[in-house]
Amino acid sequence: MENTSQTHLINVTVNGHPERRPVQPRQHLIDFLRDDLGLKGSHVGCEHGVCGACTVRLDGKIVRGCLVLAVQADRKRVDTIEGLTQSGAAQALQAAFVRRNALQCGFCTPGMLAAALELVETKPSATRTEVREWISGNYCRCTGYQAIVDAICDVLASSPEVAK
Amino acid sequence: MKTLAPATEQARYIGQSLARPNALRLAEGRGTYVDDIELPRMVHVVYWRSPVAHAHIVKIDASFARMMPGVVAVVDGPQMAKICKPWVATLTHLAGMKSAPQYPLAMDRACWQGEPVVAVVANTRVEAEDALQYLVVEWEALPALIETETALDAGSIVIHPQLGDNLCFTRSLDTGGVDAAFASADAVAEVTFQFGRHTGVTLEPRCQISDYNPSEKRLTVHHSQQAPHMMQDLYSRQFGIPESQIRVICKDVGGSFGIKVHAYPDDFATVALSVLLERPVKFVTDRLESFTSDIHARQHRVTGRIAANKSGEILAFEIDDLTGIGPYSMFPRTSAIEGNQVVNLVGGPYRHQQYRAKLNVVFQNKAPTCQYRGVGHPIACAVTEGLVDAIAQKLAIDPLVIRQQNVIRDDAYPMTATSGIKLEGLSHQQCLDKIAVMMDYPALRAEQAALQKRGIYRGIGIAALIELTNPSAAFYGVGGARISAQDGATIRLEPTGAITVMVGVGEQGQGTEAIFAQIAADAVGVSMELVRVVTGDTDVTPYGGGTWASRGAGIGGEAVLQAGLALQKNIVGVASVILKRDVSEIALVNDAIVEISSGQSLMPLAELGRVAYFRPDSLPAGFNAELMVTRHYAQRDYPFIFTNGVQASLVEVDVDTGFVKLLKHWVVEDCGRVINPMLVDEQMRGAVVQGIGGALFEECLYDDAGLLQNGNMADYLVPMAAEMPDIEVAHVETPTKTSKLGAKGAGEAGTAGAPAAIMNAINDALSPFNTTVYSQPITPQKILRALGKV
Repeated sequence: MENTSQTHLINVTVNGHPERRPVQPRQHLIDFLRDDLGLKGSHVGCEHGVCGACTVRLDGKIVRGCLVLAVQADRKRVDTIEGLTQSGAAQALQAAFVRRNALQCGFCTPGMLAAALELVETKPSATRTEVREWISGNYCRCTGYQAIVDAICDVLASSPEVAK
Repeated sequence: MKTLAPATEQARYIGQSLARPNALRLAEGRGTYVDDIELPRMVHVVYWRSPVAHAHIVKIDASFARMMPGVVAVVDGPQMAKICKPWVATLTHLAGMKSAPQYPLAMDRACWQGEPVVAVVANTRVEAEDALQYLVVEWEALPALIETETALDAGSIVIHPQLGDNLCFTRSLDTGGVDAAFASADAVAEVTFQFGRHTGVTLEPRCQISDYNPSEKRLTVHHSQQAPHMMQDLYSRQFGIPESQIRVICKDVGGSFGIKVHAYPDDFATVALSVLLERPVKFVTDRLESFTSDIHARQHRVTGRIAANKSGEILAFEIDDLTGIGPYSMFPRTSAIEGNQVVNLVGGPYRHQQYRAKLNVVFQNKAPTCQYRGVGHPIACAVTEGLVDAIAQKLAIDPLVIRQQNVIRDDAYPMTATSGIKLEGLSHQQCLDKIAVMMDYPALRAEQAALQKRGIYRGIGIAALIELTNPSAAFYGVGGARISAQDGATIRLEPTGAITVMVGVGEQGQGTEAIFAQIAADAVGVSMELVRVVTGDTDVTPYGGGTWASRGAGIGGEAVLQAGLALQKNIVGVASVILKRDVSEIALVNDAIVEISSGQSLMPLAELGRVAYFRPDSLPAGFNAELMVTRHYAQRDYPFIFTNGVQASLVEVDVDTGFVKLLKHWVVEDCGRVINPMLVDEQMRGAVVQGIGGALFEECLYDDAGLLQNGNMADYLVPMAAEMPDIEVAHVETPTKTSKLGAKGAGEAGTAGAPAAIMNAINDALSPFNTTVYSQPITPQKILRALGKV
């Protein structure tokens, strides 16, 4: 409670743009992104690190935005769904998600895509079972997951790194 | 699959698996959920909730909280009751039902852990949460009633003394010859089923922004809700604001499943705050308070009996259902519907002649329960199908065979089932035959037997089901609840040749807007790219019931179809005047007016729009181009339309650990005309997985004092991707004759059948050990206990 008015100045590159902002030490990264920067594409689902709706990239690796403090992003790079969309990094996955109807309400989707993208980039030969395991940290109440698995497998199958 | 005659003359889109036009927006993170909206002057509310199951509120000291930075107001129940009337959630057609008055915030007594008591409003959510820590509420714990089993005992406390007892609703049904049928039967099986209370866990928590504008005396509520017009009506009645002065807007909704179709006390409290403070108030539940303040569902103990003769003919069902619903019946749909549905639905697929049911719905000091996806169906289906498997085992008849033998014949409809429900037309026989082929039933049985010899215990579970859809006013309207059974669609031709479709049924991710676009495009005769669908705004759309009871496609879709056909007729009429041709010679096909005889295009729709809107001077005097039409539809031929289907599950039980591995799940579903097969398949899959959650993982675990023990996402287990099976879906199409479209609804059947199929599969796997588990969720511990290992 005490010292809540104290702030730290952080320098963080968000979706390629430099940001210099004062934040409270207790502020979570997800609240910084949503409330301070207006990047509403990442969602808040549980605020205790279970559901994965707030998954974003921190220096290229996925993290839960509700388990990382904004001050921990100081001098680091953060990429959200807005940036991953603009750069085209998530384009193949997004197209596959739409084609397979791998999203219904869409609330989990930005986090799910961030998780899936890391798999596609780091493990292009992943099997269907490995896909299921990889995304098992991201909760989706709508789809039953099969269409999400299908969509990710579609992208893996068309990935140039995989020997056909 | 038998091909149906098309619903419209042009059938470019209905029946096709098309991607949803609104999906990419969500995939790019460009949705607008309530918490994404920022309004000028907006403040944030958090609620102090009862920390115990039953408490007398002695004193609220807000003096310290009010001193905290950014605090705008601290408001309690009595202050709020001055502007918001209490409600009693009963329905007159549920005879004898009772409940107690409920207020937005507890007045002097809280009746469940999580009941909102005090509102703290501040400039930011952070400031409100900080101030909440300095709110001092003095309370005295009262004795709490936790167990349903003792709720009606003479020695138990009565939660609402003015009601006389803890009985909310009771119902009996008896066809008269049940005792004789059981006495004459060759075999009888009796099972007691337990169903754990669970909840919806929408990924987007309940949320709203209430914005009262005193200069206009106008209330706007941005809501994550399934029934915007219902909420408009309720705000009007509880606050005395004219309905025309209330607007409810539902943009993107992050999952609903029935959780967001009710009127919660903290919802009214948030509206009250915006009226009191004369500014927008945002309320977003956090996950921990979701678990204790969202509705729960499905806490039932059902003792069931089944009687059959040696040949396998089912003679009778009997059930005794006890369900606990929390301290209040939920507003406005009531908490007696779920149990009532169980009574209506047990035995539903079968031809037995005798049925007796007893239902007691009791109050208790736990979170209120109400309608959640499937509403009573998962209970009724698990009871029915569990009993059918139990009697099949006694008679040594194969579970598939006994179902094929006893389901109502496909040519027997329309008919009235033994419980009294009216069935228009179902296809149990076709569905059972189809699923047997899909799963290669004989081969699976052979594999099961072979593996069993190696100590691998697999089980196959089958569940036939019926599901209520397309409700008439029989559900709520006749009981006095002002929830529209009718829905409407307005379609407007734009000058460019595009059409705008406004519908009372909204989108929560099911693909409602996509199928409305498909139907409208075919009905009018335009390309789907030219269709824009608008839903979720009471200022804009026709009045309607919204999204529940799988009514979107069947009721909303029919309204769209009728509006589209009417607009097409009007457009052809305008074309006939412009082109000076008889209406019988021309048609609207693929965005143009064509000559029927030659198929030649006479005029693009955009040209018709240009003339009609910008050069009406060129049209004959007295002629008006009516290029916007509205049509409504209410299903009035039956109380409900029923769909049917069958599910099968293949599981492997590890008899050393009690773990269940889901290997495969099959669904054959008859939802009438399928408008978009991909979307129906995905509704099925998502609903099946939600049913699996209740069957294997999900339970709101309370301790003896009525405190929720696992109210967070780490401890309350939901299905995640790694444990879920692939689900194969196929369709039989028996369209309803009550509408031109013939669609019945597909949102809930998956949840209805999955728990029964999973339970039967596990018990099939355990059959070599002569043991069974009938308590859901079926946890490893319960399996090991059944096996005598713990």
